[in-house]
Amino acid sequence: MLLDGSSVLAADDLTVELGGLPVLRGVSLSIRTGEAVALIGGNGSGKSTLVRTILGLLPHQRGTVRMFGSPLRSFREWSRVGYVPQRSVALLGGSKVKEVVAAGRLARRRPFRPLHRDDREAIHRAITLVGLSERRNADIADLSGGQQQRVLVARALAGQPDLLVLDEPTSGVDLEHQRVLAEVLAELLSAGAAVLVVLHDVGPLGDLIDRAVVLSDGRVIHDGPLGDLGRHHRRFGGHEHLDHGRTSDDHGGTAGSWLGGAVEP
Amino acid sequence: MIEILSYPFMQRALIAALLTGLIAPAVGTYIVQRRLSLLGDGLGHVALAGVGLALLTGTAPIPIAVAACIAGAVVVEVLRQRGKASGDVGLAILFYGGLAAGVFLSGISGVGAGGLAQYLFGSLTTVTRDDLALVGVLAIVILVTTLGLSPQLYAVATDDEFARTQGLRVRLYHIAVVSLAAVTVALAMRTVGLLLVSALMVVPVAAARNLVRGFTAALICAIAIGATTAVAGAVGSFYVDAAPGAFIVLLAIAVFILSWPLSYVLRRRRAAAVLPEMADDDELVAPHTITENHPHRHAPGCGHPAVQHGDHTDFIHEGHRHAAHADHYDEH
Repeated sequence: MLLDGSSVLAADDLTVELGGLPVLRGVSLSIRTGEAVALIGGNGSGKSTLVRTILGLLPHQRGTVRMFGSPLRSFREWSRVGYVPQRSVALLGGSKVKEVVAAGRLARRRPFRPLHRDDREAIHRAITLVGLSERRNADIADLSGGQQQRVLVARALAGQPDLLVLDEPTSGVDLEHQRVLAEVLAELLSAGAAVLVVLHDVGPLGDLIDRAVVLSDGRVIHDGPLGDLGRHHRRFGGHEHLDHGRTSDDHGGTAGSWLGGAVEP
Repeated sequence: MIEILSYPFMQRALIAALLTGLIAPAVGTYIVQRRLSLLGDGLGHVALAGVGLALLTGTAPIPIAVAACIAGAVVVEVLRQRGKASGDVGLAILFYGGLAAGVFLSGISGVGAGGLAQYLFGSLTTVTRDDLALVGVLAIVILVTTLGLSPQLYAVATDDEFARTQGLRVRLYHIAVVSLAAVTVALAMRTVGLLLVSALMVVPVAAARNLVRGFTAALICAIAIGATTAVAGAVGSFYVDAAPGAFIVLLAIAVFILSWPLSYVLRRRRAAAVLPEMADDDELVAPHTITENHPHRHAPGCGHPAVQHGDHTDFIHEGHRHAAHADHYDEH
């Protein structure tokens, strides 16, 4: 069992350069047990880069990342981490839904061992949670975009993680299933897990979010309760007429603009 | 069939063909999944450098070809992982360098480029006992790895970033797969030949994907197709006196061509079978609405008109329809 309030993730002063260009400039981020943190920012603000760096998928030039108290380099308890990447199922075509979800158990399995009963149960539960049990034998390529996204969520849930990292899990998912996702995340949070979620629009997940971290041009420009964003919104002049901020990067570092109408000032 | 088995050279030929037919699609499944279908072809060129070296030094060609092939495959994979193999130029230089080195070395060994022909197109009937022992051992290694590690290799081949967040040593697995491909190519130079082995790594996999659904099912099906066509091709070539490698590959391609219309039929049948469960799909049907607090029990003759609705009966109730579902009524 997790100690309440202990550090799940601590990134300090992260600097990441891609192709010689700085994408993250001295970003710090911490998440504690039971906490839900939203990572918000326009396209190119560095949200996905931050998530991928934290997970060790990208090298960083400066700073430190500690996962459950261990430096990332020596961190081995990957079964405690669940990752939902941005929908990218290009190479997954030809796989059944349950085969994709089963990959979420690999951190808990040893090579050359067949699926244990616990694995099967966790896979089944995860598929049921996202409402795809009827489609578990379907080819993932035959599903709609929103369903594919839910398969990737199920894959991360199958590992029963203590930290769930989701990169835009709501893009292309209809409101009803965004609410289902919100319920699933609420359940995880109440069980003591932590959630880091990259969002374009807050939507139905808004009620869960304890804290919003807003990135702009590779820097953190806000780190606090979601409701406080309204003040930034006013101070920076706001761009609430923009279509949920998808074009707002051009306007530089405004905090509220990505949220559009999703946050009440 | 019996007369074939009475010749020791044919016994060895059939076993070698069977083993090649088993391992090539087993490795090929992961290679195709990673969109590296032509890797086997390139590695065939590198294997020739090994053969050239063996001819020059008068040693057995298969072990040296295996070593050369693994070295080439690992170099290609490391270059790719460091992002230096972009534009395919590095690959082309490596592969054609292998071909040129093979021809060059066989030339100065006195055998000449013609001596390479049996490795390019295979010579199933000249497989020796020692060859067969080596092929057997390596085939077991390949099958145990590709089947036993299939969950890991599958994850790495389909989504290597996710695999890394599961703590898998992705680079090691990538190198393992290309090394297994290298071994397969080098072993196949006796059976289907270096120029055609790549076909046996790719074609059965493509056919299997038309015929069955799911990664594991396709892996098993591809191995079955590979083994069947390899043995059938070897037997067939004995009777019609044709080159076994070519016969095997043509048979595999015939299976692939047949799998096309078959996949169409199978898909239609599956689609029909899926239809009832599609009805539960969120995108087709309005959300499940439960009638609130309905003490009345509908039954035939209860006073509400009954209407057949698909596989159940609805009861018209104040302008809308109630359908019994578990312990409540749904609005239909």
